[in-house]
Amino acid sequence: MKRTENYVKIEFMSRSANEGFARLAAAGFAAQLDPTLDELGDIKTAVSEAVTNAIVHAYPDELGRIMLKLRLSAGNTLELTVRDWGRGMEDVEQALEPLFTTGGAERSGMGFTIMESFMDHLRVKSAPGKGTTVVMRKRIATRLASGK
Amino acid sequence: MEIRSSCRDRLMTTQLQGELDHHGAKGLLEQLEREIDACLPRQLVLDFSAVSFMDSSGIAVVVRARRRMDTLGGTVTLKNVPPQPRKVFEASGVTRLVKMS
Repeated sequence: MKRTENYVKIEFMSRSANEGFARLAAAGFAAQLDPTLDELGDIKTAVSEAVTNAIVHAYPDELGRIMLKLRLSAGNTLELTVRDWGRGMEDVEQALEPLFTTGGAERSGMGFTIMESFMDHLRVKSAPGKGTTVVMRKRIATRLASGK
Repeated sequence: MEIRSSCRDRLMTTQLQGELDHHGAKGLLEQLEREIDACLPRQLVLDFSAVSFMDSSGIAVVVRARRRMDTLGGTVTLKNVPPQPRKVFEASGVTRLVKMS
């Protein structure tokens, strides 16, 4: 990826009340790229999915920490990283399959499918007991963007 | 997230209001099922006009409502779905399971 133009790093507890906060933080950071409402919606949705996964699956029986890193690089590309230090996954490929979930009736198993569909790039790294890192990238179409 | 339902002639209309994410959906599934069981509708209309944000938690709500309505021999329709939730429904393929007007 090209050189970093700007970034922020936020750490928060795995409380579901922070899902909305994470979305708004990502949308606020992305605003400097002058995204369309549609692009902002995509970013908020993808962040919501990744953060919810961390809250529900990484720390099912305890509270833990979640890190959200937002990075802006040359070429109007926004990189979103959601990292946790929770239980991790044995089989990432299986987790990426549509409708696969270990979260019960409240979860649809469509989180990664939505992330893949709304962003240009998705990479998931995980290991049991070590946590999970989700990296997503989206290029924002150049309009008036000059927020440097 | 709040819901408000009306029931008349076995038509149940449920208005959803607020942000439909994992946090907002807590308790919503059970409340919606209780209201379906009280009304026993033939048609359930979920009105999304006041939903300001939705992620895949909304898919789980719709799929569960559809299952409940299947057992009653009824249908589910999604009404007034704003662009952002509409995109989530379309990406997930839920539009093949329920009508979206």
